[in-house]
Amino acid sequence: MQLDQAKAKSVLFAASCALLGGQVQAQDWNFDTAVMYYGETDRVTALEGVVKAKKTYANGGELNTKVVVDSLTGASASGAVPQNSPQTYTTPSGNGQYQAPANQTPLDDTFKDTRVQVAGQWSAPINDEYLYSVGSNFSKEYDYMSLGFSGVLGRYLNNKNTTLSLGLSYAFDSVDSVGGQPIGLSSMVVNDGAFANEAAYRTAFNATRQGDGESKNTVDLIVGLTQVMSRRWITQFNVSVSEVDGYLTDPYKLISVVDTTGTANSQLYENRPDTRSKQAFFAQSKYHFEQSILDLSYRFTTDDWGIQSHTLESRYRYLFANNSYLEPHVRVYQQSEADFYQPFLNDGTPLPRFASADYRIGKLNAYTIGLKYGKKLENDREYGVRLEYYNQAPQDIGITAPGQLASQELYPSVDALILQVDYKF
Amino acid sequence: MKPLLKICIVLSLVAASGCSSLGVQPWERDLLAKDEMALDAGATDLSLDDHIYFSKEGTSGGRGFAGGGCGCN
Repeated sequence: MQLDQAKAKSVLFAASCALLGGQVQAQDWNFDTAVMYYGETDRVTALEGVVKAKKTYANGGELNTKVVVDSLTGASASGAVPQNSPQTYTTPSGNGQYQAPANQTPLDDTFKDTRVQVAGQWSAPINDEYLYSVGSNFSKEYDYMSLGFSGVLGRYLNNKNTTLSLGLSYAFDSVDSVGGQPIGLSSMVVNDGAFANEAAYRTAFNATRQGDGESKNTVDLIVGLTQVMSRRWITQFNVSVSEVDGYLTDPYKLISVVDTTGTANSQLYENRPDTRSKQAFFAQSKYHFEQSILDLSYRFTTDDWGIQSHTLESRYRYLFANNSYLEPHVRVYQQSEADFYQPFLNDGTPLPRFASADYRIGKLNAYTIGLKYGKKLENDREYGVRLEYYNQAPQDIGITAPGQLASQELYPSVDALILQVDYKF
Repeated sequence: MKPLLKICIVLSLVAASGCSSLGVQPWERDLLAKDEMALDAGATDLSLDDHIYFSKEGTSGGRGFAGGGCGCN
């Protein structure tokens, strides 16, 4: 068993070295691994694996590396409204079609992707009063690439009971959508047999596309305060701002244009602003009772798209005498809708500059309930199993649904199960 | 004044003054030094959760950098 473990460590170490150019010495690596399954009823399924390796140096320096691989399959809501008759849509590539049955939320089932992420971070004390951390992050999926860098400077005060931190990060993302980026608010072309030939259809489809690739830049700034309150109690407060500039539209989402009878006469590709300024406040409190630990946090976010959100989260870890624990988890989330969110557009009214029917930027309530069991073993080994239920309930924003839409479910809820197994060694 | 600016000012004042009377001596850190008392304990769970919520909700970040890195939103 020990031999197997040593072997596994050396294999994982070799993988980490390969990623980092082989410049580090092999000693005292700690590994943290996890596999997570995420499954929505009738929609997206994801499988995600994480391997993290950490090495602590004698001078207090710490090297953290991470590899994440995830795979997504299944269907996601396209944004189009349900209708009382079956509907046909063109796939993002333009090479095929998908159908939505009568009275069901249109789902784009061509959704499939694999993502690989590699990240590294180095943290170390500068002296007794300051510490720093630098990191980078790279992730790649079929139609998307992200490269990011971050740096944090920390300052200890009050006998290390207070830590002030300042963090800055920059990310460059490029999007290369399947079939090319749609022109915002252009109308989806469906080959319903009316085109003279395939070439005529293709010409019409291509007219809805713009350039080959798009990108976006994200700059985040965080100011944080960590404060030890007592022997049992520690708190943290963060204020952060984020500026995003570039292509922020979801190239696969649609918004229906409906007439007074509620019939969708066309489907437009959504269009979002190309900048977004976000601010967030985060507060966390952690208290050690005799036999348990209560972790409470609250987050408030606001942005210039008009979305405000409140998140309240609680993890209560009950510690058993045999080094195992049970941890119930509750998370409650509420967000208001973006200014340009609309479940559909009305025929005959002027097109707005921006519009999206993506429920994820609509008015939304969500909650998560979960339970984790974990046990610490000898030699710093530990395992855990976590099961969670996540529910999203999109909310009506008070727009009158005309004709047949009055009897359709315009704000369907989404349920998901999350199962995670992790092991540290 | 923007609420976040107010929060910043209050936090700065707290950091500069009030906190000096809070806290513990180095020999009183027995509980705070436990792995499970770290503010980012269960970091793997938190990052997996962040990925889910980043993909399924309209807002992200707060605990750490909101960042980029996913085409799913």
